[in-house]
Amino acid sequence: MTTIQYLSLTKFERFLVNFGNFFRGIGIGFVNFFKRIPNKLLKLWHKILSPFDTIIQAWKKGSWGVRANFLFMGFYQITHHQIIRGVLYLLFEAVFIWFMIAAGGPYLAKLGNLGTFAAKSNTYIDDPSIGMPLVIQGGDRSFSILLYSIATLILMLIFVALWYFSIRDAKSLQDNNRVGRYAKDSEFFHDILDSKYHTLLLAVPIVGLVGFTVIPVIFMIVTGFTNYSGTQFYLFDWVGFDNYAGFFSGSSSSGLVGVFFKVLAWTLLWALLATFTNYFLGMIVALLINKKGIKLKKLWRTVLILTIAVPQFVSLLLINQMLAGSGVLTNLFRDWGWISGAESAFDNKILSRVLIIIVNTWVGVPYTMLICSGILMNIPEDLYESARIDGASPFKMYTAITLPYMLFITGPYLLSQFIGNINNFNIVYLLSRGAPSMGMASLGYGDVGETDLLITWIYKMSMEGQDKAYAVACALGVLVFAIIAVFSLIFYGRSNSVKNEEDFQ
Amino acid sequence: MAKIHASKRFAEKSSKITTYVILTIISIIWLFPFFYLILQSFADIQNTAYNSKSIIPNVWTFDNYKALFTDSRVPFMNWWFNTLIIAFFTALLQTILVLMTSYALSRLRFKGRQGLMKLILILGMFPGFLGMLVIYYILELLGLNTSIYSLILVYTASSAMSYYVAKGFFDTIPKSLDEAVMIDGGTKNTVFWRVIIPLSKPIIIYTILVSFTGPWGDFMFGKYIIQSAGIQPQGYTIAVGLQGLTTMATNDLYGAFCAGAVLVSIPITALFFWLQRYYVEGIAGGAVKG
Repeated sequence: MTTIQYLSLTKFERFLVNFGNFFRGIGIGFVNFFKRIPNKLLKLWHKILSPFDTIIQAWKKGSWGVRANFLFMGFYQITHHQIIRGVLYLLFEAVFIWFMIAAGGPYLAKLGNLGTFAAKSNTYIDDPSIGMPLVIQGGDRSFSILLYSIATLILMLIFVALWYFSIRDAKSLQDNNRVGRYAKDSEFFHDILDSKYHTLLLAVPIVGLVGFTVIPVIFMIVTGFTNYSGTQFYLFDWVGFDNYAGFFSGSSSSGLVGVFFKVLAWTLLWALLATFTNYFLGMIVALLINKKGIKLKKLWRTVLILTIAVPQFVSLLLINQMLAGSGVLTNLFRDWGWISGAESAFDNKILSRVLIIIVNTWVGVPYTMLICSGILMNIPEDLYESARIDGASPFKMYTAITLPYMLFITGPYLLSQFIGNINNFNIVYLLSRGAPSMGMASLGYGDVGETDLLITWIYKMSMEGQDKAYAVACALGVLVFAIIAVFSLIFYGRSNSVKNEEDFQ
Repeated sequence: MAKIHASKRFAEKSSKITTYVILTIISIIWLFPFFYLILQSFADIQNTAYNSKSIIPNVWTFDNYKALFTDSRVPFMNWWFNTLIIAFFTALLQTILVLMTSYALSRLRFKGRQGLMKLILILGMFPGFLGMLVIYYILELLGLNTSIYSLILVYTASSAMSYYVAKGFFDTIPKSLDEAVMIDGGTKNTVFWRVIIPLSKPIIIYTILVSFTGPWGDFMFGKYIIQSAGIQPQGYTIAVGLQGLTTMATNDLYGAFCAGAVLVSIPITALFFWLQRYYVEGIAGGAVKG
């Protein structure tokens, strides 16, 4: 379609065309994504091959010192003036071998069936009715087997990488020797402050990331394929895709499927409503405060910032109390006839949902106001000037100048807000705790309620109550990840600030 | 002509008045919960004359505040100091780690940089608390699970995840400054200490503020460690302790919750307003860069 054709359309038709283009863009994006795969695979194949090539070359052309490196990491470095680097390599190899013999190997061997011997003797707390074994002796523990196996596999990957680096490094040292450039330990120190500075800076953050985020996330993904309940500490088994199948098959009225799609629908509706109410109300408040001739700008802003300053659990728990059975707002609603009898505000599905969205604007508008204020002041004043001369109304100026400008700049922010709202745990958990209940507690997947988001449902399933369904919660966690990933792929790749990262510098 | 001017001035004036009215209403709505909190902290909730329907308490008392310092079920001072220590060390360590990560990702070009950034993005999409089981197990392995101070480790370990804002700021510092240092024989290390750090005061203060106030409000990890290890009330953090007061079977400590909430909010709010300028710069800048 040419520009002329486009301009000759009515407003509504233009909107339809744009709407269509947007979704066609998504389709084309996906097609291109798959078209690029063969090319990428080929590149990956070459990338995989090149290390093998390096190793073969090192073996063929290397001296005996370099070849000794294949067995004793760092041997060549130690015998060629790079004692510190060599000793570090050798030390890592020793620790790795010790770990594999002491823990890694035995645990890894049991990964296939997650252990076979149940715990032999359980010593109960004084009151056996609690049923919690205090001391578990002997037997296999699937939890430990799984966790140690993951850690071992990661360690093995690191070992292979370091082994490769030590050989490549030895070979290049040898090549340098031939032309008379000898290595020194001091070079090593200079390198980690300059060309290898990133290894020094990122070492601690990455260790923390692997230990406290990567391993837990991998454990979570893997546990989604078992029947681990979260309370029993002995044996569980691989169940394949059973946990996932539960969300998509079975009777839709009474089973897990029905609950899942209900909660999913509310989560998406909530994320959409929460994001847009916050965005538009925040922008309107920012416009009001920044209006020309309005005095006490700082005061108005400060009042709103108070919400950010006071810890969220304080303000949300307080509002929760105000809306509880005998809370001050509940009494008000009762007087107005919105709720009857001894009900709390959260016993009514519609009211509960509306309240959560309203309270969310109370929490979120100050943030949006702060972000919008800065951008609003950057809109060129002459745009408004010329619009005023043309006789535009304030509303027209808002829809024709302010809104497009804001949407253009804050696009990525809107997306991150949307994703943040899908996972907005605090507001739902502290405010309504998911109430009113759907009455599905007997299913064994937590007492899920009408205002529960997927994230709070996962929490209820995995952390609360006696009958936990940790593995199912993990599977649900992976589904949440998939949903977010799809949204991000659609929108994130299209934002300019991501595409042109280097342009900013 | 004069008539038109008059009507225009009238329109301007009325629109201004409407704006003031709206802003006043907004302020009242936003302040109401805090007024209510302060008033409730002085209300004698145990008294039979207490009327839950009225906002202004009809029986005034200081008992709620007294309970915080005398009632053995509410070791408020312990909670406060526990949280202060955790927040202090978290702020210190997390700020250092965030600055290191951000500098590396913003200024250094190395193999795997893009991969690391993508990995962090993806990790952020998983619900973090499902990993608490594993984190607790690791703490147990290290022998740290019996103390609430292990939270310092939990909070700082994932510092790399929050590099975005500081990296966005570093990206805007001109690269010619780096080059000038490098030409004078400096290393990347010199650039970090002599160029980036001195220019980054706003973002350093922002990072300290965010990481210091975080532990005061987080209760999920604290609660899990406390429940799993059976830590005594003296070892609670303020968020876990106060949250516990609202969910108790007996409702008699609700007043103490209000009083405690006031006492936590005052220092945090004061700190926040003192450093407000940096906070606003931080989130506004971070949002625009996305």
